[in-house]
Amino acid sequence: MPKKKNKKAVKTKEIKGQLGKKKETAREKMIGQSIGYRYDVNLLPDYSKLTPFLKKYIEAMGWDDLNWLEDVHMGYEDDRPAVFCRNANGWVTIPKSIKLPNNQQDRDMIARELLVKFQMSPKHPLVDLKKAYLKF
Amino acid sequence: MANLKTVSKKSKAQSMGMHTEVLTGRTQQKFFNPDEAENFYYFGTYDVDFNKRTELDVKDMTAPEANKEIDNLMSQGYGTIVIKNPQGKHSLGVGILNKLNLIFEGSLGYFGMGSCDGPIVRINGRVGWSCAENLMAGKVVIEKNAGSCFGAAIRGGDLICKGSVGARTGIDMKGGTIIIGGDAGAFTGFMMQRGRIIILGDVGINLGDSMYDGTIFVGGEIGSYGSDAVDAELTKSDQDWLKRKLKVAEIGENFDVSKMKKIVAGKKLWNYDNLEPTEKKGAI
Repeated sequence: MPKKKNKKAVKTKEIKGQLGKKKETAREKMIGQSIGYRYDVNLLPDYSKLTPFLKKYIEAMGWDDLNWLEDVHMGYEDDRPAVFCRNANGWVTIPKSIKLPNNQQDRDMIARELLVKFQMSPKHPLVDLKKAYLKF
Repeated sequence: MANLKTVSKKSKAQSMGMHTEVLTGRTQQKFFNPDEAENFYYFGTYDVDFNKRTELDVKDMTAPEANKEIDNLMSQGYGTIVIKNPQGKHSLGVGILNKLNLIFEGSLGYFGMGSCDGPIVRINGRVGWSCAENLMAGKVVIEKNAGSCFGAAIRGGDLICKGSVGARTGIDMKGGTIIIGGDAGAFTGFMMQRGRIIILGDVGINLGDSMYDGTIFVGGEIGSYGSDAVDAELTKSDQDWLKRKLKVAEIGENFDVSKMKKIVAGKKLWNYDNLEPTEKKGAI
């Protein structure tokens, strides 16, 4: 008589709020798209977690706080952490070399810093568009 | 897939020199190094100094002339520009994508400060319809009252009106913060998708009608709630943020934020889920 194998259920530890780990609904699986946001878009920034780069940016612009960056959060694209660039209308994926902390506040600060660097870079897509279409 | 390299016949737009880039596909991939030199300003914008100040009298100028002159002054490095005699002209100060300290000594007409990205603006008067429409970043402060559609479709930045505002404030807003020291009219936050609205006074009927997301904070009385606008719990984090933001806005220093009402989307109108199969079927 064959022995019964005791299969141990492998439990994957799901961390709350971890990127790409949200369980998809049946409807999302069917249409292959996510519905709604997978991170808290209304999360207010924790200013104690400002990075030195962001502090310098705020000072350079003469603002009192993060201003437009308050609405920037880290999301993901194709299961890779990414931040949405509204100027390019596309996602900026986070390099694998950057280790992401396990809470949204810290991740959002990294996303903000990266987004500013990308938008101000001469390699931003708008630079090419500006050269091609600038009217005045 | 479209490949313009293989297209021998140029389109009218291309022959006019309007297209210089080569499109090799529908999407583009750009690579950049996050460790490249620190830069806080958009590529190609002017390097201005806040301490370099000048005045510009726009009494005998049209709005396009005044806007071009502001651009010219920025190109000379002026970081603080005082505009004299705006006299309610429409579309003044639009399209500024630069760091700048701009002061209007008077009132503006329609669409003042539209489509701006970065400047700090102070208007020592009133503003007409759709002030700071499509604001991307920066801070705009209005010392008196504002017309309807205040901050229509803004995406970021702080828009502050120390007086009262008309109807449809923050209509279709996609980010940023609108702060109102006085009262707000009907349909405030109509179809808002993201961002935050703070109203210290009363607000009219249909508050947050058809809002998709975002948050509205109200200090006074609410005329009525719009479709799918619901109450939410005001958290400690909300209160801390409100205190800090009111300080930035230079209003409501002694305002008791703990008694404010918080309104969010009930998300019952999120029905794309049901519509999508029909749309897909139609497309196929």
